[in-house]
Amino acid sequence: MAIKKFKDKLFSRATFRGITAIVIFVIIWEVGARSEQLFGYRFPFLGLVPPPSDVLASWGGLIGDPSYWQSWYMSFLRVFGGFAAAMIIGIPLGLFMAVNRTFYGMSFPTFEILRPIPPLAWVPASIIFWPTQELSIAFVTFLGAFYTIVINVLGGARSINKQFLQAAQSMGASQWDIFRRIVLPATLPSIVVGSAVGMGITWEVVVAAEMISGGGSSGGGAGGGLGFFIWSSYVGGSYEQIVVGMISIGIAGYFSSELLRQLGGLLTPWLKTR
Amino acid sequence: MSAVLDRPATDIVTEGAIRIDDVVKIYDPDGAAVMAVDHCSIDIPAGEICMIVGPSGCGKTTLLNAIAGFHGITSGSIHLDGELLCGPGQPQAEPGSDRIVVFQNGALFPWKTNLDNIAFGPMMAGKLSKQEIYDKARAMMADAGLSGTENNFPGEVSSGLRRRVEIVRALMNDPKVLLFDEPYRALDSLTKSVMHEALLEIYYRNKVTIFFITHDLEEAIFLGHRLVIMSSRPCKPKKIVEVDIPHPRDYSVLTSPRFREIMNEAKGVVHEEAQKAFDAGEKEG
Amino acid sequence: MSNTLDSTAGPQGAEVTTMTLTMHRVSSWLKSPRPYLMLIGFAAVLGFWFLSVEIWKLPRFVDMPGPTEVFSEWFSKDPYYGLSIYTPEYYKHIGISLRRIGFAFLLATGLGVPLGLFLGWSKSFREYIFPLFEVLRPIPVLAWVPLAIIMFAGSETPVIFLTFLASFFATTLNTMLGVESIDESYSRAARCLGANRWQTFRHVVVPGAMPYIFTGLQISIGVAWFSLVAGEMVSGQYGLGYLINTAYMMIEYPKIIIGMITLGIVGYSTSALVRLLGDYLMQWRVRELALGDN
Repeated sequence: MAIKKFKDKLFSRATFRGITAIVIFVIIWEVGARSEQLFGYRFPFLGLVPPPSDVLASWGGLIGDPSYWQSWYMSFLRVFGGFAAAMIIGIPLGLFMAVNRTFYGMSFPTFEILRPIPPLAWVPASIIFWPTQELSIAFVTFLGAFYTIVINVLGGARSINKQFLQAAQSMGASQWDIFRRIVLPATLPSIVVGSAVGMGITWEVVVAAEMISGGGSSGGGAGGGLGFFIWSSYVGGSYEQIVVGMISIGIAGYFSSELLRQLGGLLTPWLKTR
Repeated sequence: MSAVLDRPATDIVTEGAIRIDDVVKIYDPDGAAVMAVDHCSIDIPAGEICMIVGPSGCGKTTLLNAIAGFHGITSGSIHLDGELLCGPGQPQAEPGSDRIVVFQNGALFPWKTNLDNIAFGPMMAGKLSKQEIYDKARAMMADAGLSGTENNFPGEVSSGLRRRVEIVRALMNDPKVLLFDEPYRALDSLTKSVMHEALLEIYYRNKVTIFFITHDLEEAIFLGHRLVIMSSRPCKPKKIVEVDIPHPRDYSVLTSPRFREIMNEAKGVVHEEAQKAFDAGEKEG
Repeated sequence: MSNTLDSTAGPQGAEVTTMTLTMHRVSSWLKSPRPYLMLIGFAAVLGFWFLSVEIWKLPRFVDMPGPTEVFSEWFSKDPYYGLSIYTPEYYKHIGISLRRIGFAFLLATGLGVPLGLFLGWSKSFREYIFPLFEVLRPIPVLAWVPLAIIMFAGSETPVIFLTFLASFFATTLNTMLGVESIDESYSRAARCLGANRWQTFRHVVVPGAMPYIFTGLQISIGVAWFSLVAGEMVSGQYGLGYLINTAYMMIEYPKIIIGMITLGIVGYSTSALVRLLGDYLMQWRVRELALGDN
């Protein structure tokens, strides 16, 4: 049954249409990129972009290159490092802000004032403060996911149905029981949502931080990560590799979010029945 | 004001007769055919309040949606005043302002004021000037006791008031038929009885055919000329009960012996179908 | 209570109600502990910054500019590093960043909202276009930087393109979700009442999607600033991101903090502006919420 459904979906009209559009997009891209060879006239914008066939060829050459995979590894390490730190600090902070009114009153306005400052604006200050470049990238990465996670946890914990708490109290639950068995699970869906959004921001920040720090004066070749890979390809003039890097980051980001979604689904099985 | 009769008067109301003839509706999600309506035939004379009673999810709404033109039928036909709405060669009726639906959860546009909501239909038709339309809308609101709420948004007034605005919005278009899809389901029983009297009052002034879906037997007997009790899925008329309590009615009808008798007559059938629907639900779940 | 207030009041009455409501809220806010807790919070952060940098001179912290240094520079008539609220240079950075944001945001809204509306409205259009959209979307906007520099001449267009791209995805996606969120009975009701396809679009789809559109625009203006700063740090002349980056290069550290605080203030103001516009266009929601609050 499940296989049949999957087959139905695979051969459905929607899939066909989606693939058609993507194929047309790639063809326009290819023709546009080769417009100078084909028509002797360079299309605006598209004419300057490397064609997809060259990108694919360049990618094929990179698959066997360990330094390409090293970039993947470095970026993943940074993303998950910053993200984990944001979760470890952000979730308890958000929960505590939701539970304790005094703490909420003191910290939330400060939080709201700092939040509009884009994470990347912290890059120079972070470089000055932290002893190593790795730590400063980690700090900015952490900031990117941190705000989103705190806001979601706080929102989730504050919107818990009061009747759940009253029901637990009437059944004789202690404060700790209420926190552990009601507040925490009821906030889980918001934590999952916040993490998924935070993961997207984390990738944005890591890529930018790698480009800014690598594109600047310092920066190591092997320790660069995918953002640096893109930037050094640009500086080195191998434009196909820029697109390879972009697609790689897209894939990496997609799978990180998908991983979180699956994990979130496992943690909140009761949401599936809806 | 027209004379009030205990039976729908074909000599006064000449438009709005619905003829549902042998209608079948089969849904086909994922290749598993589900029959929602099974060879259903109902004849509703012009000006009648016809109450369709059945357990939740029995397919009553499917029938209403077919009349309104929200989806098609598999076979059979539906006529309005002898004209084909849907049937052979025309699987789905065209939605139009001669048949207006009053929705289960209310469908007043929350972004328009009550007055703008009521003026919506004629404004879309564009036959009258804006001035004429708004004058008429204000007059109809005043008639329905809605003066003073013209510039409120629907979200600002009580849900009972919202239902009244929605009915006035429908009547602005001089429809032949009003299709009610359990509109009072979410109201408490006290508000409900006030709404019933208000609806009858509106009906006595603007005679239209009313096709009213409900699972509340008391509501059905209080409002209707006739009850069509439906079997649980697939939906099919099981028993027709004539309500011979003369109109105009008010709440005192609820305590009359005749009301009790009709209630007793209908209750057994309705309960049996509800039990069937419940058991079927148990099996599926 | 609110209900009786509003059902008796005409349009003028409603304004008075809003006024008194606001007054009531302000006075109850002042009576609550909230404003004082807020001040304690601010004082704690500023105090920690001041003590750790200027008094205790903690390791690492001592390299950072302290609050006295930052604020005396920021409000100085004769700033040491040449940047304060009295120098035209300061406003030039703000103005150029705002111009870029404004241009990119308007372009993204002008293209994203119609595209999102059509994506939500027409199923076949969505089936063609949305997968392509979903394939491009996971690529972080900032990964486009080098390609943008290659594609667009000069240093100004790439920055605006990046800012636009970030906003565009957020706006389009939320608008589409907004159309999908509209209860089907609204469009059914409109068709019942004789509205044609275009009238339904104009009177049901557009206002019905409005709350989501404005959520999208809120996100959009946030990510616009996010990518603008990145763009300005990598390429471009002037702008707040550029200010922060050059201040770092020239070792004029107080200017970094001034740039960051200014970014926070300007960024917050622009998103407040979007919120106000949303409230203005969605009166029905403002009034419903006012009732709910009471």
